[in-house]
Amino acid sequence: MSKYIIRRALGLIPTMLIIITVCFFLIRVAPGGPFSSEKKIPPQIMKNIEKKYHMDEPLIQQYGRYVVNVLRGDFGPSYKYKDYDVNYYIAQGLPKSLLLGTISILLAVLLGTAAGMFSALRQNTWVDYTWMSFAVVGISVPVFVLGPVLMYIFSIRLGWLPVAGWIDEHGLKALVLPVLALFYQYFATIARLSRASFLETIRSDYVRTAKAKGLKTSYIMMKHVLKGASLPVVSYLGPAFSGIITGSIVVEQIFRVPGLGRHFVQSAFNRDYTMIMGTVIVYSLILVIMNFLVDVLYGYLDPRISYS
Amino acid sequence: MKKAILVLLTVALLLSVFAGCAKDDADDAKTAEVTATAEPVVFRFHNGAEPESLDPAVVEGVPEHNIHIALFEGLVTYNPKTLGAEPGVAKSWEVSDDALTWTFHLRDNAVWSDGVGITAQQFVDSWLRFMAPETAAVYAYLPAMIIKGAAEYNAGTGAAKDVAIRAIDKYTFQFELNGPAPYALGMLTHYAFSVVPLHAIEKYGDEWTRPGNMVSNGPFSLKSWTPQDKLVVEKSKTYWDRDAVRLDEVVFFPIDDYNTATNMYLNGEIDWLTETPPNQLDKMKLDKGYGTNASFVTYYYQFNQTKPPFDDVRVRKAFTMAIDRQELVDQVTRGGQFPAFGITPPLSGLYPAVVAFEEDFDEARRLLAEAGYPGGKGFPKSGILYNTSETHKNIAQYVQQKWSEVLGVDVQIENQEWATYLDNKQNQNFEVARAGWQGDYVDPNTFLTDLLHSGSGNNDGKYASAKFDALLAKAATLPDGQERYDTLAAAEQLAIGEDFAVMPFYYYSKANWIDKDVWGGWYPTILDMHPFKHIYKK
Repeated sequence: MSKYIIRRALGLIPTMLIIITVCFFLIRVAPGGPFSSEKKIPPQIMKNIEKKYHMDEPLIQQYGRYVVNVLRGDFGPSYKYKDYDVNYYIAQGLPKSLLLGTISILLAVLLGTAAGMFSALRQNTWVDYTWMSFAVVGISVPVFVLGPVLMYIFSIRLGWLPVAGWIDEHGLKALVLPVLALFYQYFATIARLSRASFLETIRSDYVRTAKAKGLKTSYIMMKHVLKGASLPVVSYLGPAFSGIITGSIVVEQIFRVPGLGRHFVQSAFNRDYTMIMGTVIVYSLILVIMNFLVDVLYGYLDPRISYS
Repeated sequence: MKKAILVLLTVALLLSVFAGCAKDDADDAKTAEVTATAEPVVFRFHNGAEPESLDPAVVEGVPEHNIHIALFEGLVTYNPKTLGAEPGVAKSWEVSDDALTWTFHLRDNAVWSDGVGITAQQFVDSWLRFMAPETAAVYAYLPAMIIKGAAEYNAGTGAAKDVAIRAIDKYTFQFELNGPAPYALGMLTHYAFSVVPLHAIEKYGDEWTRPGNMVSNGPFSLKSWTPQDKLVVEKSKTYWDRDAVRLDEVVFFPIDDYNTATNMYLNGEIDWLTETPPNQLDKMKLDKGYGTNASFVTYYYQFNQTKPPFDDVRVRKAFTMAIDRQELVDQVTRGGQFPAFGITPPLSGLYPAVVAFEEDFDEARRLLAEAGYPGGKGFPKSGILYNTSETHKNIAQYVQQKWSEVLGVDVQIENQEWATYLDNKQNQNFEVARAGWQGDYVDPNTFLTDLLHSGSGNNDGKYASAKFDALLAKAATLPDGQERYDTLAAAEQLAIGEDFAVMPFYYYSKANWIDKDVWGGWYPTILDMHPFKHIYKK
């Protein structure tokens, strides 16, 4: 087991290097550059700018310089937002995106698993239909529709919650609508996944045996069914967590959350090369680490999986 | 029994989702009480995009300009109603008889927010910093256009000592112009001519604009700045005219999503809304705070004149005449825009709008036939390039339909994201491309020279006319007055009405939402600038 973990952990290094290399060269293929402007910059001034940011050097030299700096933990200056560097934006935005994402995914897992379990236990009853209808809506309604609808109901009509802003301005209230908008889709997927999984597990031989032994339903559910039925949810968690962090861009924009997700997308439009690289590296790291953790957790939950 | 438990659990789950709301309501009520007792006058508004920087030497956008006028003051500053230049750090000035040498007398009580006095030498050093090649200021072309020796220094071919700016004594600053430029005084309100705290820049380096480090000389000082969240400025304790400043704080919200901005305004979270999405416009026109005013911005299409078919003036003329601009502004844009038959928006009392051509569908068809495409037959495959936006798409679709109806020509419409669109436009990879231009200062020169001069970097359609350039050169030698405006109008008539260099659609009308029963000192202005120094709560 520990050998497997070390092997997998070491595998993260080449993965990250490949991502950095591909991304570095790919973004330079896109038309335009970080200093594109509607007011065309005179060639002499453009030369001055390029010199300032070492963009007049051969590409391979720029790449070498970048990789060395990244290894030192320096993502460089933002080409677009010139008063701060990329490290600052990551340090400032990532915790907010992580907080939003973590609360949303935790709620989605807790409520989604519970909803799936209830629906499975009461298959084809109104409980099942209610939860699954609720889930279908969550899967079908995109967040850019859900966000403004929630905003309209809870902020404009009812006046209970702020339209937009962050905790420093509105306290914990600021989190309610972004979390609701972000969590719903994942809750819906987890509810459907766990319902199917619970149904399958409930009908398995070992659960039937437990029932035959006369054990209490609640004991069987917690001891035998939950562990087995949570496998598909766990394998979904890795990509879901990265997805909820990176995918929070729309929510961050709608609710004006000063997170990292906005930079992830906006930097591509701005051709802000260093910011693109910084956010891609951070998100890739989250993605590969989450997948790694899920793989390890999978072995713990399912004894049939061997790491030898 | 089991069924009842299940129902209860289901209800409990649903309630748990909303549990946070009730508790937070109580928190909010407490916050409201605190706010009510403190009563600082805070003005909050929608400032468009996140500012790229606070350093006047590296910025170029409107959001940065808004912040700049709160934090800094140059030799002159904006009049809140006319945006004309009025005394700022300079209390008075004289111009020599030949209109080339300008001498400014600075106030001795103008100081930085850290108490350091402002001197003429600081203006010299600040301007040189702005023009220096290594600063790479985008707007360096403004001083380069008017100040003697500035263009050479900025291009790296001249020396700093040859730039004609000097400190005569501690409070007297002087510069020399290349030629009589009547718009020079108005130009001085621009941040290209700022004074910056060189002592703070030396101390903090690139971090001088951060809260805690930043030193400024305007009516407000930087209080806090959380990127992508908000920037707060507070009334300056050292500004020379601080008694005239009636706002305690101004909060600049960067908001990308206009729907969110509109909802924040409707919910009372911001006091001034600067944009609303097209689909909300009808509803928002009914809002009490709604108002529009003519703006110094033109929406137009560029023709690529480097290749057929738009290198033929008859084709450009036919396409330009085949649009009903009144219908476009009434039916498509619906924001109170004014149909444009010239490129420079009218400047009341100075420069009336040039009506360079008339719309005439029959004449358009005749011209197209004369150019070799009767009824649009045989017209090469062409497209309208625009950057992704709902408004640009609606306009492009209207134009596409009109050209098809009137001329029988089918053009494609193609949207591209901003950087790709700019790259293609600036490299002439287009036939027809959307464009818009906001004047940097109140003078026709900011449209005619910046957009249509053969050497201008913004002349993406590559219009080149020696006659037009000569008229601009002649205007540049003339003092302010009717003759100069007539010369500029003749140049505009030539470029738009004879050469059909570009195809104007409309002059902007800028909509804003601000409750004028609550806020005073906010006036509709042609550059949509609203100096915060003059805004107050009624």
